[in-house]
Amino acid sequence: MSKRLLVRGNEAICRGAVEAGCRPYFGYPITPQNDIPEYMSRVLPELDGVFIQAESEIASINMVLGAASTGVRAMTSSSSPGISLKLESISYMAAMELPCLIVNISRSGPGLGGIDASQGDYFQAVKGGGHGGYHTLVLAPYSIQEMYDLTMLAFDLAEIYRIPAMILGDAVVGQMKEPLEPHPRPSRELPPKDWALRGKGDGEQRFIKSLYLGDGELEARNWVLHAKYQALKENECRCEEFETSDASLIVTGFGSAARIAKTAVMMARDEGLKVGLLRPITLFPFPEKSFATATAYCKKVLDVELNTGQMVEDVRLSVARDAEVFFYGRPSGTGSLPTPEELLEQIKKHY
Amino acid sequence: MRHDLFMSGFGGQGVLLAGTLLSHAAMIEEKNVSFLPSYGPEKRGGAAMCTIVITDGEIGSPVIGNPSVAIFLNQASLDKYGSRIKPGGVCIVNTSLVELDGFTRKDIEIIPIPMNAVAVQVGDARMVNMVAVGAYAARTGAVSLASLAEALKETLPERNHKFIPANVRALEAGASRCR
Repeated sequence: MSKRLLVRGNEAICRGAVEAGCRPYFGYPITPQNDIPEYMSRVLPELDGVFIQAESEIASINMVLGAASTGVRAMTSSSSPGISLKLESISYMAAMELPCLIVNISRSGPGLGGIDASQGDYFQAVKGGGHGGYHTLVLAPYSIQEMYDLTMLAFDLAEIYRIPAMILGDAVVGQMKEPLEPHPRPSRELPPKDWALRGKGDGEQRFIKSLYLGDGELEARNWVLHAKYQALKENECRCEEFETSDASLIVTGFGSAARIAKTAVMMARDEGLKVGLLRPITLFPFPEKSFATATAYCKKVLDVELNTGQMVEDVRLSVARDAEVFFYGRPSGTGSLPTPEELLEQIKKHY
Repeated sequence: MRHDLFMSGFGGQGVLLAGTLLSHAAMIEEKNVSFLPSYGPEKRGGAAMCTIVITDGEIGSPVIGNPSVAIFLNQASLDKYGSRIKPGGVCIVNTSLVELDGFTRKDIEIIPIPMNAVAVQVGDARMVNMVAVGAYAARTGAVSLASLAEALKETLPERNHKFIPANVRALEAGASRCR
């Protein structure tokens, strides 16, 4: 076992990215994710990497697009309003099938909002926030260890499926410190990058583009992307189940909300209530089958989010037809983080 | 055993450093720990808070509604959060800056310590946070004083290691108020 380190969530993402072989980082500052560019600006030059603070969010995501086109592992990070600015190019990258990592340590909105923890960006993250009908792979860590592990996983899955990947966190998981046990990136078989741009030399000509004007060409491209999203749904859904096997009520939520809910579930268990937690780790693909399976026997689901109700739509689409879905949300702002005690009351209300 | 602590003061009193120190000490004792700093547009003189959970098992929520133990380093903290302490809990108060007259809870244990005065006695007014942490460790046993002393090496940057003996004295001075 390697020595445990006390690190902030934002730093855990950086350590995971560096371990995963990410060497170029492009970004533009915004709270509450500034620890990420700070760390990368210090560490990447020492590793012969590249750190660029671009002139804007838009410039930085386009630098990621350029770097990713050459097949290297590239990343950017920002927070909600900054991610909105990047969406146009994320749509382009989805069309171009470029693997990369985009980190959203989201903040409260809409608009400039505030800097507190929020899950108001769920729709934007999982429904394809930009134009044209695409998806990115979205992972939602809820601990500092997961910030590290899922960052490495995101890079691998992005390459396997040739898709932009996103880590969706917030100020709780970004700013919190916990022990991290660093470990080498798990080895995984990755496909050859026979699409990556390089000097042509004696090889074949390669194109990476998103403009398709030929008869039927664009429709075919869309079916290719659709098949990829189906494959992700089939193979890559991840969730955590805690005490669900005998549960009469299942609490669900992702990221920081799930973390708070887990203690509420433990408190309920201490009082003899049969309550469990089903926590999606991949938000796209959404673990639909896990919800269907769990609600085949448990007919009550309580969804908790730091917004007024977003993931709850996917929960309702996934549960058994006769399952009831309740929602409890706290749209974020200063002083609006729910407590485990508060969630326990909600559990008792619906149990 | 599960320990949760809410600590609050104003920016510059070392609340966040104290939380980091406790976290390192818990890790030295091979426990699990979470340290959640308040995150707002904070600055010196503004509010500074953190929540720490130390346990042998799974941490669960880093957010605590009703903490078992609270440390209040200034008046605004007690006024705003004093009512949140869990019944039967412990409230460690810096009476150098906090007036307890208006605080009438009878269902918690209140430990008044003139932390600024104690810190000055052991050498430096800035060590108020160490006095508070020492008192907390002695009262709850969440971590040992030896682990805290050891953890100072990991918490303070190398250039400040020369201040470790003074900080250890402040930890002990705080602890002696709870024995």
